[in-house]
Amino acid sequence: MSNFFSDYSAYVLCFLLLTVGLYGMLLKRNYVKKVIGMTIFQAAIILFFIQTAYKADGTVPVKDAALPVDQTDAYINPLPHALMLTAIVVGVATVGVALSLLIRVHGAYGSLDEDDIQKEAAK
Amino acid sequence: MIAEHLPALPILLYLFVALLMPLANELGRGLPWTLSWLTSLTVAALGGYGLWLTSSGGAIRYAMGGWSPPIGIELVADPLSCFFTFAIGAVSAFVLLHSRESVERDCGAKNAMTFYASSLLLLAGFSGIVGTGDLFNLYVFLEISALAGYAVLGCGSAKAALSSFRYLIIGTIGASFYLIGIGLLLSKTGSLNMVDVAAILQVDGLGPVTTLAVVFIFVGLGIKMALLPLHYWLPDVYTNAPATSTALVAPLGTKVAAYALLRLGYEVLPYEALLADLRIFDVVLYLGAVGIVWGSIMAIAQDNLKRMLAYSSVAQIGYIAVGFGLATPNGYIGAVLHVINHAVMKACLFLVTANLERQGEGTSIKGLNASLRKKMPLTCACFALAAISMIGLPPTAGFFSKWYLLLGSYDQGSWVLVVVILVSSLLNAVYFFRVLERLYLGKDEDAPDAPKRARLPWVMGLSTLVLALSLLLLGFGNVYIVSNFISPMLPGF
Repeated sequence: MSNFFSDYSAYVLCFLLLTVGLYGMLLKRNYVKKVIGMTIFQAAIILFFIQTAYKADGTVPVKDAALPVDQTDAYINPLPHALMLTAIVVGVATVGVALSLLIRVHGAYGSLDEDDIQKEAAK
Repeated sequence: MIAEHLPALPILLYLFVALLMPLANELGRGLPWTLSWLTSLTVAALGGYGLWLTSSGGAIRYAMGGWSPPIGIELVADPLSCFFTFAIGAVSAFVLLHSRESVERDCGAKNAMTFYASSLLLLAGFSGIVGTGDLFNLYVFLEISALAGYAVLGCGSAKAALSSFRYLIIGTIGASFYLIGIGLLLSKTGSLNMVDVAAILQVDGLGPVTTLAVVFIFVGLGIKMALLPLHYWLPDVYTNAPATSTALVAPLGTKVAAYALLRLGYEVLPYEALLADLRIFDVVLYLGAVGIVWGSIMAIAQDNLKRMLAYSSVAQIGYIAVGFGLATPNGYIGAVLHVINHAVMKACLFLVTANLERQGEGTSIKGLNASLRKKMPLTCACFALAAISMIGLPPTAGFFSKWYLLLGSYDQGSWVLVVVILVSSLLNAVYFFRVLERLYLGKDEDAPDAPKRARLPWVMGLSTLVLALSLLLLGFGNVYIVSNFISPMLPGF
């Protein structure tokens, strides 16, 4: 157990970030802060994927004349990076849709705070 | 040629027609509407053809871009996926056929094109989830359908936008949890292809990493399918959204997440270990059972018809979860049959609420009375038929899926479930008869000289009627459907 945090420090930090994002999304009362929480949450997942690709002493996955191609341990895994390129695009689209919905909410209620909006809606 | 490319066709058709929408809008004002329901009808035909082809001839696999499977993305058409493609195409075709006037009223005439483009993207996402054989690809389609869904559900009033935003937050958590699960599986197996991952996990069994992945995947998809403790986003969204959007998303959105769960639970993740060691099927089973009772009780407490139907969706998702969790052939058949039955019932019921809104009748249950029956006899009859099917009276479709679920519970010897399913049918009867009583037995309270309103446009009546009648068809044809199409899709138990 004593080595857990030093061995997996990157993953531990990643899940801390994940918790921060989740906290923001679920418990913040302001909608923009919820969106900020969402971007932190998605960034944490992206970092998590990138970490799974890491190999000690691995180099960039571009064919190197000095290294034989079949020596796969010499290259880091390129697949998670490619996947995260897609996930980043999805994340940007989600933030875009969220903000455009918020513009309409702000136009109708004049606020982006959950308490204010509930007061407004109860009227 | 169609058979060879069958797995890719529904997805590509939807995507391509969605991109054509701006052009179609320039050519004619009604063209986006015509194109969208025709596309859905074509997809339903493709799904039906695929079902017929694959239930006797085996699955059709399609390597996208010519990259062969473990490396490239694979699309699969097997009986289960074709069945869902058919359900998606058929239900959405009639909802879209119905939608023209409601969309122009709720979202504004100049937004109609955007609405149809988003709906087609939504359906592209659904058919992608159903058709893909790749785990990460499933995530991408999950997000495509979700993003288009937020747009479709958020058009109309500011209240719709607000609840759609809340759904966006919770939906993103769901999809992201699924993504984390995939990441863990990828780090464990080094593959994303479903068949490949299944083969590797069969050897490796259920290690700690895989267990964590399973938990993340089940929670993520549980949010998406509104399984009980994760369901609270659903009622607000379905109530506040325009009637057409609800009719489009409610019958299908939660079902495709259930499909993903069926697919992953039975075929990709190590089934025996999940069943015996992790007992995750039992968890889903009991959450489903609680969901059935809770959803039904909450539905009784509602006054708004749309909200009542939304809570009843939570209960019906519970039935599918129970069938999934039973892990017996009869339970599986019940779950799959209930997916299509409930999709048709819910689409029909939400179209009825759309008809009521169109005619200026409120959707408050207290406001309904017998005069409505005289004004809109057809709509009321469709409502009655769908309600009877929801309660589960033979010979309507709803009876048979519940029958298979009962048989499945009996096979398992779990009498608690038998009681839950029977009691919930009574609860269903309570909240639907409450409405039927007002419509058919109540006094005619309307003044006789009330001004006559314009009749319902015939397309709206027709699509509601077709959906209602197909409930009878599904009911009478259930033996044929089960023995010819659902039996070939049973995984090994």
